[in-house]
Amino acid sequence: MLKLLSRTVTPLGDITELDAVVRRMADGTSQQSENRSKEYYLIGNGSDRIPEGYKGYFFFETPNGEVPVNSFLLEPALSYLRGGDIVKLYPRHNMLRTLYRVNSLHNSMLVTERCNSLCLMCSQPPRDADDSYIIGDILQMIPLMSPQTKSVGITGGEPTLLGKDFIGIIQCLKRCLPSTAVHVLSNGRNFKDWDYANAVAGISHPDLMIGIPLYSDISSIHDYVVQADGAFDDTIRGIINLKSVGVRVEIRIVIHKLTYERLPDLSRFIRRNLTFCDHVALMGLELTGFTRSNMDKLWIDPKDYQPQLGEAVRLLSEARMFVSIYNHQLCVLDPELRPFNRRSISDWKNEYMPECESCVRGNDCGGFFSSSKLKYSAHIKPFRT
Amino acid sequence: MFKDAEYFLPADNAYALLPLRFIRLDAGRYVAVNEVGEWQTLTRPELEALVRKELPVNTPLYYSLKSKHFILDHDSVVPVDLLALKVRTKRHRIAEFTSLHMFVVTLRCNHSCKYCQVSRQSEDRVAFDMTVAMADKAVDFTFCSPAKAIKIEFQGGEPLLNFGLIKHIVLKAVDRNKAERRHLAFVIATNLSVLDEEILGFCKQHDILISTSLDGPEDLHNANRPNAHNNSYQTTIEGIRCAREALGFDKVSALMTTTKASLARVKEIIDEYVRQGFRGIFLRSLSPYGFAIKTKCFDEYDSRQWLDFYREGLDYIIELNKCGVFFVEHYTALVLRKMLTPYGTGYVNLQSPAGMGIAGIIFNYNGEVYPSDEARMKAEMGDKIFCMGNLLTNSYEDTMLSPALLDPLRESVAETVPMCEECAFLPYCGSDPDYHYATQGDFVGHKALSGFCKKNMGIFRYVILKMEDDPEARKVLEKWVQW
Repeated sequence: MLKLLSRTVTPLGDITELDAVVRRMADGTSQQSENRSKEYYLIGNGSDRIPEGYKGYFFFETPNGEVPVNSFLLEPALSYLRGGDIVKLYPRHNMLRTLYRVNSLHNSMLVTERCNSLCLMCSQPPRDADDSYIIGDILQMIPLMSPQTKSVGITGGEPTLLGKDFIGIIQCLKRCLPSTAVHVLSNGRNFKDWDYANAVAGISHPDLMIGIPLYSDISSIHDYVVQADGAFDDTIRGIINLKSVGVRVEIRIVIHKLTYERLPDLSRFIRRNLTFCDHVALMGLELTGFTRSNMDKLWIDPKDYQPQLGEAVRLLSEARMFVSIYNHQLCVLDPELRPFNRRSISDWKNEYMPECESCVRGNDCGGFFSSSKLKYSAHIKPFRT
Repeated sequence: MFKDAEYFLPADNAYALLPLRFIRLDAGRYVAVNEVGEWQTLTRPELEALVRKELPVNTPLYYSLKSKHFILDHDSVVPVDLLALKVRTKRHRIAEFTSLHMFVVTLRCNHSCKYCQVSRQSEDRVAFDMTVAMADKAVDFTFCSPAKAIKIEFQGGEPLLNFGLIKHIVLKAVDRNKAERRHLAFVIATNLSVLDEEILGFCKQHDILISTSLDGPEDLHNANRPNAHNNSYQTTIEGIRCAREALGFDKVSALMTTTKASLARVKEIIDEYVRQGFRGIFLRSLSPYGFAIKTKCFDEYDSRQWLDFYREGLDYIIELNKCGVFFVEHYTALVLRKMLTPYGTGYVNLQSPAGMGIAGIIFNYNGEVYPSDEARMKAEMGDKIFCMGNLLTNSYEDTMLSPALLDPLRESVAETVPMCEECAFLPYCGSDPDYHYATQGDFVGHKALSGFCKKNMGIFRYVILKMEDDPEARKVLEKWVQW
């Protein structure tokens, strides 16, 4: 697991940068841009030449002799940082948070921690605090990101709780990164307001997808899983509104003990009522956040829901819907399901277990969440061929 | 912090019924079907509990009925929105309007099939050819349809006996379509006996599909479809081979017609289709028109016999599929599309309002416009009740608003027809005013006496029972559905 938050940022010498700030980094491979007065330069080792004109400098080894203004020592766990990456530096708190990695396919921006649902298996438990400062950070960060970025995720909390500011973020992405795909994780409930859905459509973002969870064909079961009465109706209306104005929608189904039995029924429901959706993702459980407190309600060995998962994939793909399986290990999936498996776990928290060492198909496998160490399928078995 | 599942259950056990109809399936079971064709089988006590609103909530049956939009409880009102959306989706094709345009370019034919439904004329009588003037008007008429997808089908007689006119029509339509930009497709319904390189080259150039007749094994085919040399089977098989070679394997399809001689031989007929490399068959019954009536072919077997033929055939085809041969019975596939998907079909005879005129339309060789193939057959028998107008003298508007079309359409809407309006199978079925006119003398007909009704109800019942009782068969059938 990559360390995205460091609390050991040590100042070396004079510091003029005192307030928390979003900064892009440069290194020996970067072209010297006219913006370098706003960038931090990464110095790989003590012997590296120190170029002039940067706002500040990050060292991984304590340098000998004089250092320029705004030099900081970073812990070795941050040595994955590269020129083009973006961090938020909190000089007063010796803290640094990695916001964007230019070489990653899994950049996502958490835009708020607030939420109007309280899903039993939430991996990012919501906090009801005013975190509107985040919007400013994100609007600063987007223009610094590489225009070659393939895709970026927007997550929360519930991003649409930002209201107009959510629209503003998507507009900013379209303006600054026109060829970057944008994937939003939302519970879809606020799109029950057609005008709001239409405002998103009005941005005309060239490659936008809203991923919306649907956990059951039965309203009371869905509402129980997301711990919000009326959420099922809101979400269905939201999906219909978005699709009616031409915004692409992905349905996301997390499979656990409360959802696996009706998976085929939910699939029949989707292909009857929501055939117009663009993608269905059938997802394994991430054992972090609230899931840990609700393990007894949620945990089931993926091996034990293969019949239901297989039926769901058959029903949806027969209806020509685009179906993927996320967050699963190849060896626990029935062979006919393996072609639907995608490597979906973000690189910074994607790992493999000791059983996997001799496996020859690791490159095709979704692997595990770092959090899976807590519990994982009893049927992990390396492929020899 | 977290609430229990019970907290999210509806506040009371009350529920309302959404629009549904039901019918007995067999000795023990009923089937309920909602407005958009979702279905649920029930025992008699379950059905009674459902309609008396005494069904215990939050049981698997309750959830199933709730998920399929048979009932509405206080927990969720979104089913009403979803049902409305599904009704619009099912009926979407009505707004599309006429897609299939059939051109009878000649009535001449070189075969003398005893069931021929269009009263063939011998080969040399040019009086039975459509004129260029009529053809031009027919192309103009075709493009008056608002449909985004337009299919032009050439019929006869044997349409290739007037290939010159086919060429003229195709070129004119293709040219016209440069501005219109519709999805334009062409089909020639032919016995393949006069194919030559020029014809195949032209078909290749314009991506024209070939539809032919294959009634089964050689002796059956030759008996049903005699020609002067008693070799129509050989001609057909050779024609299929040539056409596939020239145009591509999937560009050639075949249709079979059931005669009394076919009834005992459904497996052989299916085997013949498999042998010829087809990926499906359309088990068709005979229509009560044309030579079929004159030669008493139609009376020779009734709907019951035909249903036996169909069931035996369907069972056999399902077994083939279970053994790994992908092979479709196309009529069942149409019905399944209505049962299993949110969509309707374009199949003319399973529409309500009827498909005549508004799903398909036919231009006869003499310039007269009819709402269906069956209607022009009726005219060839001397009854022009369905004649909507003449290409040379009537406008598109006059023709489409003719009482010859509007009266049968209006009178036969299945949702308003006695016995249909309460039938559970209504969402799968359609209205066939020309059939009922031909057999009973009015556009509606008494459904208890209707072969159309008997045949279709038999099929719907059989298909649902198959899916309910045989999970493997259900998987096979679900694979046939076109989404």
